[in-house]
Amino acid sequence: MSPRSLFDKIWDAHIVRAETPDTPATMYVDLHLVHEVTSPQAFAELEDRGLKVRRPDRTLATIDHSTPTLPFKAGTPPPYATDAAAAQVETLYANTARHGIELNGWESEHRGVVHVIGPELGATQPGMTIVCGDSHTATHGAFGALAFGIGTTEVGHVLATQCLLQRKPKSMRVHVTGRPGPNTSAKDIILAVIAKIGVDGGTGHVLEYCGDAISALDMEGRMTLCNMSIEAGARAGLVAPDDKTFAFLKGRNRAPQGAEWNEAIARWRDLYTDEGAHFDREVVVDVEGLRPMITWGTAPDTGIALNDVVPAHRNDSDRKAADYMGVAAGERVSGQKVNRVFIGSCTNSRISDLRAAANVMRGRAISPGVTALVVPGSVWVKAQAEEEGLDKVFKAAGAEWREAGCSMCIAMNGDKGAPGELIVSTSNRNFEGRQGPGVRTMLASPAVAAASAVTGRVTDPAKLKETEYA
Amino acid sequence: MPETFPINSRTFNLTGENIDTDQIIPARFLTTTSRTGLGRFAFHDWRFDGSGSPRANSPLSGFDPTRASVLVAGRNFGCGSSREHAPWALLDYGFRAVISCEIADIFRSNAARNGLLPIVAPETAQQWLLDNPGAEVEIDLEATRVTIAGGPGFDFDIEPFARHCLLSGNDPMGYLLDQTDEIRQFEEVAA
Repeated sequence: MSPRSLFDKIWDAHIVRAETPDTPATMYVDLHLVHEVTSPQAFAELEDRGLKVRRPDRTLATIDHSTPTLPFKAGTPPPYATDAAAAQVETLYANTARHGIELNGWESEHRGVVHVIGPELGATQPGMTIVCGDSHTATHGAFGALAFGIGTTEVGHVLATQCLLQRKPKSMRVHVTGRPGPNTSAKDIILAVIAKIGVDGGTGHVLEYCGDAISALDMEGRMTLCNMSIEAGARAGLVAPDDKTFAFLKGRNRAPQGAEWNEAIARWRDLYTDEGAHFDREVVVDVEGLRPMITWGTAPDTGIALNDVVPAHRNDSDRKAADYMGVAAGERVSGQKVNRVFIGSCTNSRISDLRAAANVMRGRAISPGVTALVVPGSVWVKAQAEEEGLDKVFKAAGAEWREAGCSMCIAMNGDKGAPGELIVSTSNRNFEGRQGPGVRTMLASPAVAAASAVTGRVTDPAKLKETEYA
Repeated sequence: MPETFPINSRTFNLTGENIDTDQIIPARFLTTTSRTGLGRFAFHDWRFDGSGSPRANSPLSGFDPTRASVLVAGRNFGCGSSREHAPWALLDYGFRAVISCEIADIFRSNAARNGLLPIVAPETAQQWLLDNPGAEVEIDLEATRVTIAGGPGFDFDIEPFARHCLLSGNDPMGYLLDQTDEIRQFEEVAA
C-alpha cells in the first residue's frame, strides 16, 4: 500500500460507501457531540419523519452556548438571559430523554463546553471520526481524531444514520518548528500559524500539525491549537497521538479499561503519517523566539507580537477593521485601554489555562474600571481549580469567578460587552460584534489577558514583571 | 426554498472580504428552535442600530429581493461558525444565490443543502460583478453556468450530488437511510 497520512488512515477506516463522481462518500461517525443551539431543528426533522436516533450510545450531549454562567442556588431555576434560551435548553432535555442520549445537564459534574467535556470524559479518542454542530469541533483533533463541524441538516443525518455525506477534503501539513519565547503558550503558536496561513488559507483542507514545537505541547495546548484550525478556514486540524495522548486518556470515564486499554494503545500507535505520504500543501511556521501574540483586527489572522506595530493595510477590509478597532497602521496595540477581560471558551478554559491566568493575577489586583470574567470550561475544571485555590486568586484580584459555559465567547447567554468596549479575550473570534454589538475584541492567551486585566492596558506579561520588580 | 431554476435576477453587492456568519446572523438570535422566519435577523447589526432603528447608511439599504436576489460578496464569504441559521436567514430575507471568488467550507455545504446556491466565481468575473452592481445574471444549475449580461460568464463547480438533489428534489436523508444494510455491516466489522 502506498504511504498514507494520518488523515488518510482515519478517512479510509470510516468509509461505508466510497465516493464516486456523482456521489460523496458515506462516512461513519464514531462520536456525535450535541448541544442545544444547533440540534433542535435536527431532532424535529427526525420527529417529522418518524425516525429514531440510530446510535444513542455514540451520541453525547451537553448544554453550553445558551446557558447563563451566573452562580445560582441549587433547586432554583438557572438565571437564563431570555425565555428563548431556557426553552432551547429544555428542548434538548426533552429530545435527549426521548431518544435515550446521555445529557450532561445542570446536574452533571461533566456539564460544560462541548469541546472541553469530550476529552475530559475520555470520549474523544485517537483514530475516531467526531462531528458536532459547531465549527470548533477540530479541538478533538488534538488526540489524532478526524473532528469537524457540521450544519444542522447534517446533525439530522448523523442522528438518524450515524453517517455523513462527505467528499474527501484536501490535506495540508503544517510544520511548526523552534522554541517559542517566554510567556508564550499554544494560543500564541496558533495565532502565529493563522497569521501565516491566512483566514482562508486552509479552506477545503484538513491540517496536520507536526514538528518539534507541536510535540513539545501538552494535550491541553494541542487542544487550543487544533481548536482554531477553522479560523484559518480549515475543515479540521489534527496531531498524531503519542505517549502524552495516551497518558491524558488513561483512566478517564469513557476511555478503554483493562485489557481493552492495551489493545487500544497498540491500535493507536499505528496512527501516524507514513514516510513519503502525499499532502496537497506543506507549510512551515518557525516559532523560534515567538513573543506573546494579540490580534489587532476583526479577523483571526491579524495576530501580531505584542511588541510589534499594526502592519500597513493591504486593502479596504484592513482599513475598515482598523477603523472599527480604533487602531492605526504603524502604531502599537500594547498600551491600548482595556474595558473587559474574558478568560474562557473552548479555546482556553481548561485547567492549564486557568493556572496560567492565576499565575499572573496571584497577589495582584485588576485595574479599577476593568471587568474580568473567568469562566471555567466545565464543572469538573471548576472543581479542580477550586481545589487548587485558583478561584481565590481570581476573586482576590477582583475578577468574577463564574459557572461553566461558552459565556462571552459567543455572547448569546447574557455575558457580553457594551458597545465600543475593548475586550482582551482568550476566545477564538474577533469578528465585529461577536462579543456584543459594537464590541471590539482582541484575541490573546490567558497570560496576556490576565496581565491586561491587571494594568487595564493591553500588556505583555513580561512587562508586568519588569515594572513590578524593577 | 427556491423551487425553480435557473435563477434570473439582478445582483446585490456586499464588497467586504471575510463576511462572517456573525455578521450574517448574530449569535444572540440563535436561541430559536425553528428554522423559519429568520430573515428579520439577516445582517441585523448592519441594518439596525442599538435601539433597533434602521441605519441610514446600511450596506443593505435598497435591497429588494424582487429585483436583485443574487448576492455578490468579497472573498471568503460565510467564514466562521457552522450555524445553518446563516443560509436559513439569507433565504428568508430573499437571497437565492451567493457569488464570491471564495466561500467558506461549512457555509457552502449548508447553503447548498438548503437551496441557496453557493457559486464560486473566477476572480475576473467576481471583480467585474463587484464593479458593476445590479448586473443581470442567469444562474443555470443544470448547465452549471452563470451568464452575465454584458459581462464575463463562467462555468461553476457545485458538488454533483447536492446539485442532483436540488434539481430532482431528491433527499440526502433518504439516500443515507437506503444504505442502512451497508451501515449495519460496517458497524459489525469496523465500529
